[in-house]
Amino acid sequence: MGVTLHVNGKESVVDAAPDTPLLWALRDHMGLTGTKFGCGMAQCGACTVQVDGVATRSCVTPIDSVVGSKITTIEGLGGTHPLQVAWEKHNVPQCGYCQSGQIMNAAALLAETPKPSVAEIKSAMSGNICRCGTYNRIIAAIQDAAGVKS
Amino acid sequence: MSLDLSRRTLIFSTVLAGGALLVGRTVPGLAAAKPARFADFGPFLRIGSDGTITIIAKYAELGQGAQSGMAALVADELDADWSKVRVETAPADPITYGRPAFKMQITGGSASISDSWLELRRTGAAARAVLLEAAAAQWRVPVADLSVTNGTIAHAASKRSAPFAQFLEAAAKLTPPTDPVLKRPDQFRLIGTEKVTRLDARAKSNGTAIFTQDVRLPDMLVAMVAHSPRFGGVVKSFDDKAARAVPGVVDIFQIPSGVAVVARDTFSAKTGREALSVEWDDAQAETRSSDAIQAQYQAMAAGQAKADWAPFVTKGDVAPALSGKGRIVTLDVAMPFLAHATMEPMNCVAQVDGTRCRLTFGTQSHTADQRNIARLLGGKPEEVEIVTLPAGGSFGRRSVATSDYQKEAVSIARHVGGFRPVKLVWTREDDMAGGYYRPLTHHRARVALDKDGYPTAWEHRLVTASLLRGTMFEAAIKNGVERHGVEGVIDSPYLAAVPAVDARVFHPPEKIPVLWLRSVGATHTAMAMEHMVDQLARQAGIDPATYRRTLYTRANATSHLAVLEAALEKSGWGSPLESGWARGLAVHACFGSTVANVAEVSLENGEPRVRRVTVVVDCGTAVAPDQVQAQMEGGLMYGLSYSLYGEVKIVDGVVERTNFDSYRVLRMEEAPQVTVHILPSTQPPTGVGEPGTPVIGPAVANAILALTGKPVTRLPLVRA
Repeated sequence: MGVTLHVNGKESVVDAAPDTPLLWALRDHMGLTGTKFGCGMAQCGACTVQVDGVATRSCVTPIDSVVGSKITTIEGLGGTHPLQVAWEKHNVPQCGYCQSGQIMNAAALLAETPKPSVAEIKSAMSGNICRCGTYNRIIAAIQDAAGVKS
Repeated sequence: MSLDLSRRTLIFSTVLAGGALLVGRTVPGLAAAKPARFADFGPFLRIGSDGTITIIAKYAELGQGAQSGMAALVADELDADWSKVRVETAPADPITYGRPAFKMQITGGSASISDSWLELRRTGAAARAVLLEAAAAQWRVPVADLSVTNGTIAHAASKRSAPFAQFLEAAAKLTPPTDPVLKRPDQFRLIGTEKVTRLDARAKSNGTAIFTQDVRLPDMLVAMVAHSPRFGGVVKSFDDKAARAVPGVVDIFQIPSGVAVVARDTFSAKTGREALSVEWDDAQAETRSSDAIQAQYQAMAAGQAKADWAPFVTKGDVAPALSGKGRIVTLDVAMPFLAHATMEPMNCVAQVDGTRCRLTFGTQSHTADQRNIARLLGGKPEEVEIVTLPAGGSFGRRSVATSDYQKEAVSIARHVGGFRPVKLVWTREDDMAGGYYRPLTHHRARVALDKDGYPTAWEHRLVTASLLRGTMFEAAIKNGVERHGVEGVIDSPYLAAVPAVDARVFHPPEKIPVLWLRSVGATHTAMAMEHMVDQLARQAGIDPATYRRTLYTRANATSHLAVLEAALEKSGWGSPLESGWARGLAVHACFGSTVANVAEVSLENGEPRVRRVTVVVDCGTAVAPDQVQAQMEGGLMYGLSYSLYGEVKIVDGVVERTNFDSYRVLRMEEAPQVTVHILPSTQPPTGVGEPGTPVIGPAVANAILALTGKPVTRLPLVRA
């Protein structure tokens, strides 16, 4: 057994069943714990990663479906991504548990729509739940990172 | 603050070599690099030879940013460089890190900043004093000629300057002042400014923050538990043949709360649990539906079913007015069970060897957990070490007097033995069906109005389960009244303004475990009182703001008046809105702070749409104004979420809606714009984590009343 995954620019062989969700392969097998477990059924967005640039819910994505794809997690975003800088500047996180998923989803949004409107941000981000209620700061941080005036 | 406490606070240690044993402070293998040498300035402050300033926080970080505010209290008095400030959560030690009022180490009650206000400022001021004394001695100059800026001590006349680190050894040997001089508010450099940022923002934006779910230790196992679908149900029998065949599953065994599946990784544990077949014995289980419980509570409140009432406000005689010919207004409002629904489902890493235990997880309640686990293992509380991690949301859930999931983790780790780490993982479904809900609650009130439309008699009946009965805190229930259940009514300025009051509560015994949820009693009492007052104002034909102003004036409720007037002004109260929109007002005080909300609401396809909310808060000194704002925003979203959608639905004893597909929570597209105004104050700080939560629900309900003329009789406002 062994599935080869391409994560954050590196290839790794994961010793797990092919139907293992990408979330658990990342977290338990590769030690990339920045991607979070929240609901296990693609409802909350805490597990969001990018698969070939597309925001993807890793909790319902079997690893055998992403073989050959380029997977990016929060650890692969670099730490100085404009969104991460803006998140810190706006003091966005509270408990912080959802924020990896929020940022990965926002990064996919900006890659496709570099100057999103508030309506576009809300539409793209409403799949990501934040129970601390940081939504307005997330909007402000995305606008800041995108260079869009709030 | 007692003299003993302040003395204890100010015992300084000599300089220690780095790497000294810091029990309960770091996750093994995850510890940040320690400076080569450091000095402890009392239990709350450590300064490293590399210039790092470490604040040891006795209150946990649950997301509200309290630890950053606590750090600012020390750093301001110390005149430290904010960029060098770090926070470390204290180990479990009620002697050193307990809350004086409770003699327990517990985070809650929105009290982390208010309880730290003097204690941590004294720590910073005392450390600054000895550092200056050491510098003065070394440079042979008077202390009065020295200044401190951003962690650097300077002597202007001789143009000498040096960082704190240079004086650690000498300073730590000095006797700290017993009564250090604290800054006047006009001398604060950090407190009250936007410079107080969240120290954890970066780690929580780059994936490096370690939550319980992220703990990885050598040889660690992962456990899941099959729980009874009904509260009170127990294992009758189970067949684990198929589950044991799942690759990665290590062991399966029964524990008091169900059947544990222990595996090498999370997915194997989950797959193993799914393959498990358990038969449950429901003989002692709760089999009623939440609708039936609600109907029973409503009947009790209406005097149609037996209830063992305990009076909590009694004055005058309500009977004449309530049986007279004047106008009587009746409020009847039903509120459901609510789940905390933290983003991180409950979890706990446990290691057990005999009576020795280490827990690594996010907790609000160190001392209760130590006591409960010690009792379970037959050992002593001090044998239970707790490494505290940030909680991925808590809202009260990680402060459980019974230590429910903690005991579950320990039961499994004890079976595994050998101090081998076991991470108990609850899925979302386990978490939502696991109980410890905000109690289902019913309020009924009857109020008589005088000829001017103001209340002359107020009768109130409140049915809500006890949070404390059967726990180590049971003694707090006095004469059948639990303060948590009646707060917000018992101290209401409206009742203070009414000559005759007969308010009673009944805490019915229930098998469904209940718990405090962010803002506790106010989650239901703010709704009852604020929605009632709007109904009274409407009956009286008086603007609800004017009506409140009159009652607050009668009750001498100065903080309520202040936030009311500011909210009216900032929200444009009384100015016209587009057709189909209305404003709703609510004001509530809890945890020492008073909050007003004005919400702009319309109804779209029968669902309330909240587009804008004006918030005014009176919270004493705002130590970190940006974080006060964040708590008003976040608390409001939390309260709006449960007011619109929150309901744990139980059918024949089984919890339905156990994930976010059916237990609806507020999403970004439903989040209103929020403008926060903090009233200026030089008073000591009061709570902000919870007071922002309970006000928005009644503000929205009052807007709906204005739009439709019909009162809200049950929550949530949007029924699934």
